[in-house]
Amino acid sequence: MPGQDDAREASPPIVDIRHLTLTYQTADKPVYALSDINLTIHKGDFISLIGPSGCGKTTLMRVIADLEQPTSGDVTVNGMTPEAARLQRAYGYVFQAPALYPWRSVERNVTLPLEIMGLPKEERLARARRQLELVGLAGFEKKFPWQLSGGMQQRVSIARALGFEPQLLLMDEPFGALDEITRDHLNLQLTRLWLQTRKTCIFVTHSIAEAVFLSTRIIVMSPRPGRILDIIDCSDLPRERSIDIRESPEFQRIAHRVREGLMQGHSYDD
Amino acid sequence: MKTSPWPLILLAVPVFPIAADQGQALYLWQVPIAALCFLVSLAALAGQGMIRAREWRIPVQLIGVAAGYALPLLLLGQGYQLSSAAGLWLHVAAATLLLWVALGLVAELPRPQNMLGPALFGLALLMLWEVLTRGFEVPRVLLPPPSGILGAFFSHGAELWYDFHQTVVRSVLRGYVIGCAAGFAVAILADRIPFLARGLLPLGNLASAVPVIGIAPIMVMWFGFDWQSKAAVIVVMTFFPMMINTLAGLKSAEKMQLDLMRSYAAGYWRTLFLLRLPTALPFLFNGLKINSTLALIGAIVAEFFGTPVVGMGFRISTEVARMNLDVVWATIAVAAVTGSAFYGLIALAERHATAWHPSFRKR
Repeated sequence: MPGQDDAREASPPIVDIRHLTLTYQTADKPVYALSDINLTIHKGDFISLIGPSGCGKTTLMRVIADLEQPTSGDVTVNGMTPEAARLQRAYGYVFQAPALYPWRSVERNVTLPLEIMGLPKEERLARARRQLELVGLAGFEKKFPWQLSGGMQQRVSIARALGFEPQLLLMDEPFGALDEITRDHLNLQLTRLWLQTRKTCIFVTHSIAEAVFLSTRIIVMSPRPGRILDIIDCSDLPRERSIDIRESPEFQRIAHRVREGLMQGHSYDD
Repeated sequence: MKTSPWPLILLAVPVFPIAADQGQALYLWQVPIAALCFLVSLAALAGQGMIRAREWRIPVQLIGVAAGYALPLLLLGQGYQLSSAAGLWLHVAAATLLLWVALGLVAELPRPQNMLGPALFGLALLMLWEVLTRGFEVPRVLLPPPSGILGAFFSHGAELWYDFHQTVVRSVLRGYVIGCAAGFAVAILADRIPFLARGLLPLGNLASAVPVIGIAPIMVMWFGFDWQSKAAVIVVMTFFPMMINTLAGLKSAEKMQLDLMRSYAAGYWRTLFLLRLPTALPFLFNGLKINSTLALIGAIVAEFFGTPVVGMGFRISTEVARMNLDVVWATIAVAAVTGSAFYGLIALAERHATAWHPSFRKR
């Protein structure tokens, strides 16, 4: 699909990162969390950041979200600084845990960001209903988060992130704490959601299968210092995917390349 | 479960004297009313063992207990002396053991009938207090019987009400509201301005280490005899518990939830009202509950150091001096009931406001 790629290259990037470095000062020695990261993400991309614990994948995403400040380098989100993008509510962030407010019903959790944005009440409720339907939770509006299972809670938090219609969705291991069956199910729902809404997604994971299944591009990272080892294009796989795709040779080939990249990153330490 | 054999000590009652008349020991068969009560208790004890349905044993057992507790009061009414009547006290002991068995059965009942247990226990405690203080002729100055305290409620009712009004309505409520509100407000400020917290916390430790009997006379000198000085003592006592609890509560929001608010570009006040204060609620209620008891103690102690001639602390100190212990105990009863009710009210509000908290959640 060369034509489509050209069109993508022509539009300005959603996220553009140049020579990003982030160093923490600890008591004994500085920790190099991120080192010379270069990455461009276009509209409609589904990017997975994969790597072992401590490789800086979450940190990289937090820099994009303006939850962490880089030591040097340039980052733009929607063509502006991450802070300006955050203040314009350019992205929705889904955390490792659902981080729902237990004193609010499911519906009122989803409307929380809309309340902060000052939307009128009818609009807030309409949007909450729509988003909950999209993640398959219609009918659970009046329940409280602690009355739902872990997978359902995480779906509420995705609905909450989608509710204010950001162009960019940042997801930090959203399914990491869930069992494999639930995870497969949610992965399938997520690809459908992505196809329907045409959002740009950045997804942190340490599951190879999850990364290959969901992504248009996979960024393989390695720790100490956190850096990009490999960028793998998944355009050989169709955009519309089902669970069976995992058996296909293309899927296996990409998964193999991701695994090799991860192993290469590890051999430094051993 | 087989029934406890201990109430069977009732069988030994006829062996010992049941009462005394001018030094003369009397036995069960010489006092008709004692014989009657004994037979009622005995019949109840035998009868309850024959009933199959456990819940129907309870009323029969309670009849036996009532006969055991009523007898000493009836004998006292007829002018007998009881302090050396071993048989009578054995009867009371057997009745108490039977009550123990009954309470065990009540505890197995479903809600709300099992709430009868605590009520029966409290009632039995009052009965034993009455019977023992009167039966052994305990001096009223040491410990008056409950009936004497109840009498004081009728003879000094108006005074007790004025005391309650002065101490609770005028001093405690005002001091409590001012102290808690100030502690809360300063905590919000100290959370915003960290150096304020660093300066105030050691000062808070210092102030809460000063005993209330040290502050009270000073406050009376500063603010006069009326409720203002009591309220001031309460403010000093309640300010820091509230402030420390509020500060801890404000720090209890999880980092992830704070990041979430940041990702919504929510400012300080929105984050405070939408996230941090709801998370702090369990801590706030802790402070309010601790302070509810502190406030009453503070007001009563402060009234020892000067007050217009009304107030619960004033009443206790003057009536003790006049050896009028019935009134002192009545005042103590008012204070205890008020304190429990105050605490209970706040606990109820907490249940309502933080029903989402893991300690209250219902699925």
